[in-house]
Amino acid sequence: MGTKKAALRAAFPLTLPILAGFTVLGMAFGVLLTRAGYAPWWAPLMSVVIFGGSIQYVAVGLLTAGFAPLYALLMALMVNARHLFYGITMLDKFRDTGKFKFYLIFGMCDETFSILATTPPPEGVDKRWFMFFVTLLDHLYWILGSALGALIGGALPFSTQGMDFVLTALFAVIFLNQWRDKRGRISALIGLAVPAVCLLIFGADTFLLPAMGALLVALTVLRRPLERGQNPV
Amino acid sequence: MIQTPAQTAITVAMLAIGTMATRFLPFLFFPKGKKIPPYLQYLGRVLPYAVIGLLVVYCLKDVSLAAYPHGAPEAIALVVTGALHLWRRNTLLSLGAGTAAYMLLVQYIF
Repeated sequence: MGTKKAALRAAFPLTLPILAGFTVLGMAFGVLLTRAGYAPWWAPLMSVVIFGGSIQYVAVGLLTAGFAPLYALLMALMVNARHLFYGITMLDKFRDTGKFKFYLIFGMCDETFSILATTPPPEGVDKRWFMFFVTLLDHLYWILGSALGALIGGALPFSTQGMDFVLTALFAVIFLNQWRDKRGRISALIGLAVPAVCLLIFGADTFLLPAMGALLVALTVLRRPLERGQNPV
Repeated sequence: MIQTPAQTAITVAMLAIGTMATRFLPFLFFPKGKKIPPYLQYLGRVLPYAVIGLLVVYCLKDVSLAAYPHGAPEAIALVVTGALHLWRRNTLLSLGAGTAAYMLLVQYIF
């Protein structure tokens, strides 16, 4: 019991900024999905089984368009492709975590990863329980936020028209944050330009798949110059 | 328009499977000691940057520059979001103000 308590006590303060962020973003997701016409339990259910901020926002758009499961699968793979990188980073840290391993991998969202990759547990605190509680707390904040948003969504006293812009703003902010890292700038610009050209060619309804394909091709073709840019001599 | 409960369940399952694939695949493919192919390492480095650009374009896909209001609400709200973010570097503040600005613009002005 002491082991768990110490691990929880070490994990909780680290997750406080995420408590604030996930409550607000989770609520916005819950409001959007409920306002789109879905029963209030869908939002928290999705937060339990998907647990991915960006893809759940995108899901609101997918769920209000026609039924296209394969498209949804591809979208989830592309939007979350960065997790592959997280996984590769955590291969060592999650080794020997036994019964915790499945849940640690399952719950590795951006924010949890950012803590676990950078913050070792304090001296004397069990590493496995510490990582478990960071993951669990973040997951719970996200579920509670989306449940709260879904409950109040139907009762908000003002029009939520335009609230879906929170998704656009979120990606714009992430884009700016990444821009500070000079190594990724060309990739980021390719990521804007290639899909924009595909949008002009194919139109809003069908551009996404060609854009994903063209993006992979462009990054593969430009591998040499881009890798050089990432490792300046 | 919303999907039927069965369709919704399938869509949600697909989203969960896709998301989990990206989280579990590295652990399945690269157990202890196995080398990660350089091409995958490369994609792991550049895709996160590129996909965010794709998502920005995706979010703006239904904006028409040719018809009124010519993307003005989106442009103004993006400037508000970006400027505030460069100034304060507070993600929640930037998101809240940018979204509020957009809601006011589309509900009252345009």
